[in-house]
Amino acid sequence: MGRYVIRRLLQMIPVFIGSTFLIFFMVYALGDPVAALFGDRAPDPATAAQIRNELHLNDPLWKQYLLYMKNIFSGDFGTAFNGQSVTSLMGSAFPVTIRLTIVAIIFEIIIGITLGVITGMRRGKPVDTGVLLLTLIVISVPTFVTGYVLQYLFGVQLKWTAPSVSPEAPFNELILPGLVLALVSLAYVTRLTRTSIAENTRADYLRTAVAKGLPRRRIIIRHLLRNSLIPVVTFIGTDVGFLMGGAIVTERIFNIHGVGFQLYQGILRNNAPTVVGFVTILVLVFLLANLLVDLLYAVLDPRIRYA
Amino acid sequence: MATAAEMSTEPVSARGGPLLDVRNLHVEFRTREGVARAVNGVDYAVDAGETLAVLGESGSGKSVTAQAIMGILDSPPGFVTQGQVLFHGEDLLKFGTEQRRKVRGARMAMIFQDALSALNPVLNVGEQLGEMFTVHRGLSRKDARAKAVELMERVRIPAAKERVRSYPHQFSGGMRQRVMIAMAMALEPELIIADEPTTALDVTVQAQVMDLLAELQREYNMGLILITHDLGVVADVADKIAVMYAGRIVETSPVHDIYRAPAHPYTKGLLDSIPRVDQKGQELYAIKGLPPNLLHIPPGCAFHPRCPLAQDICRTKIPPLYRVSEVRASACHFWKECIGDDRPAADKT
Repeated sequence: MGRYVIRRLLQMIPVFIGSTFLIFFMVYALGDPVAALFGDRAPDPATAAQIRNELHLNDPLWKQYLLYMKNIFSGDFGTAFNGQSVTSLMGSAFPVTIRLTIVAIIFEIIIGITLGVITGMRRGKPVDTGVLLLTLIVISVPTFVTGYVLQYLFGVQLKWTAPSVSPEAPFNELILPGLVLALVSLAYVTRLTRTSIAENTRADYLRTAVAKGLPRRRIIIRHLLRNSLIPVVTFIGTDVGFLMGGAIVTERIFNIHGVGFQLYQGILRNNAPTVVGFVTILVLVFLLANLLVDLLYAVLDPRIRYA
Repeated sequence: MATAAEMSTEPVSARGGPLLDVRNLHVEFRTREGVARAVNGVDYAVDAGETLAVLGESGSGKSVTAQAIMGILDSPPGFVTQGQVLFHGEDLLKFGTEQRRKVRGARMAMIFQDALSALNPVLNVGEQLGEMFTVHRGLSRKDARAKAVELMERVRIPAAKERVRSYPHQFSGGMRQRVMIAMAMALEPELIIADEPTTALDVTVQAQVMDLLAELQREYNMGLILITHDLGVVADVADKIAVMYAGRIVETSPVHDIYRAPAHPYTKGLLDSIPRVDQKGQELYAIKGLPPNLLHIPPGCAFHPRCPLAQDICRTKIPPLYRVSEVRASACHFWKECIGDDRPAADKT
């Protein structure tokens, strides 16, 4: 197991270098950051040249990349064009997004798994068909539609919650955005749980559990759920990485100043240090989340052993 | 196996009557394609210390009967539509869900065919064995684990203390089946139903597992229903045999009589299709045709389309169980011809 973790961590190095270089290359090579800095006005050539020099923009790309990586590892992600350091942007954005992700994951676990278990155990019944249809709708409708509809319904019409989130973004304001963010994954969790439960209900070992004279509750929780939730738990694990970076639409709708919001702003303004910095962190989060999921899988299913 | 046979003649339960008495049991599966009549009036009885072998091809209803006795039929689609399952004279089919559950595992237990899929893959064997004691006997988890180790030692799993924390996939096939047996034995039930307990095992291991099962049965004087299609296994351990075809019992007999002179052409066909050393090189006999589709069981005797002795009466009249002797019965209109005819069925055409 220890050796497996080390091997996986070592594998992360080339993936990390490759993906960050790709982002670096795309962001820096395809736009002129100095022109972007000045907006619509044409910059004074002398000033522009000076800035280019300061930012090492005249160096070859690989040299810029190495310089950037060196700075990253000393904790310096550079400065955004508005003068704020990228690290301070991250410091304010990540906690917000983490809170949003937590809310979303809680929805996925509670609602998704509950619906999945119910439908999985009542296959073909009206509840099952109804929920299945609902998940299909949720999966088909894009987030910006469900987001705006729910925002209008609960925020504007019913006034159960504020339509937009304050900069501090406390948990209670994140309930609706969290739900919106979770919806699609929630539908997948429901379907995955349903299939898994349905499959395991027919398994031989479940018949054994019944033949042992175990009470129904124990059969369901200890034997059925314990086995059925293995794929679900791993899906949710992977989803953490996805939700952290994929909240751009939701954060825009509810005006949440999280990672997605900052990334969006960065891309819009061709703000290279912000974009590269945030994406680099997201790559790391994604890689770590995947590693954790793989390890969790081995913990949950004793048949899987990594050597 | 003389000892087991002797025991079966002893009085078995305070109420008289056999340990288990299945009467006129009917089970059907209501599927989208129609109603499959899997069991159509099965009668059999088992005494304490006695071994009944239930023989038949796949789809003959032998496993479904066992599931109905245990009360683990998948319902829907499976329903018991008629009959009685008398256990110590009490009809289990009239028991409530909770009452029935308490009988399962504690007083009658089941051993399944493929231990790898029948054991829970994500719980270690100690938990799965111990569960019997925590649930039925209210033992603490620690005591239950100690009991689990004891059980594993009793079924002769080496290094039981260490292996109690192992998972099913970490055991060999034979050891896994021993775990399965230990689980069934845990609460010293009065009846064990073993559904093809050795089919998934290597031939050498089969004998060991079968011996262990027979030994434990003797030790605890349990009734044993051995479901199998392996006639070799039957000869060694069974006291009596019930042969099933298309959801009916076609022949019942003490084990040795049936080998000497089968009273039903189906039984005869089964016996003739065992490979034998003295017939090496000859083509192996096989009963012609296929087992019937349970959605459309042939009228009359269900075996008639495959039977070498079939006459007109077989196509119209369902044969009752004719008394062949004091201890034998056959559901064949021509059992006399069958029993007197010792040529292999293949030569008669």
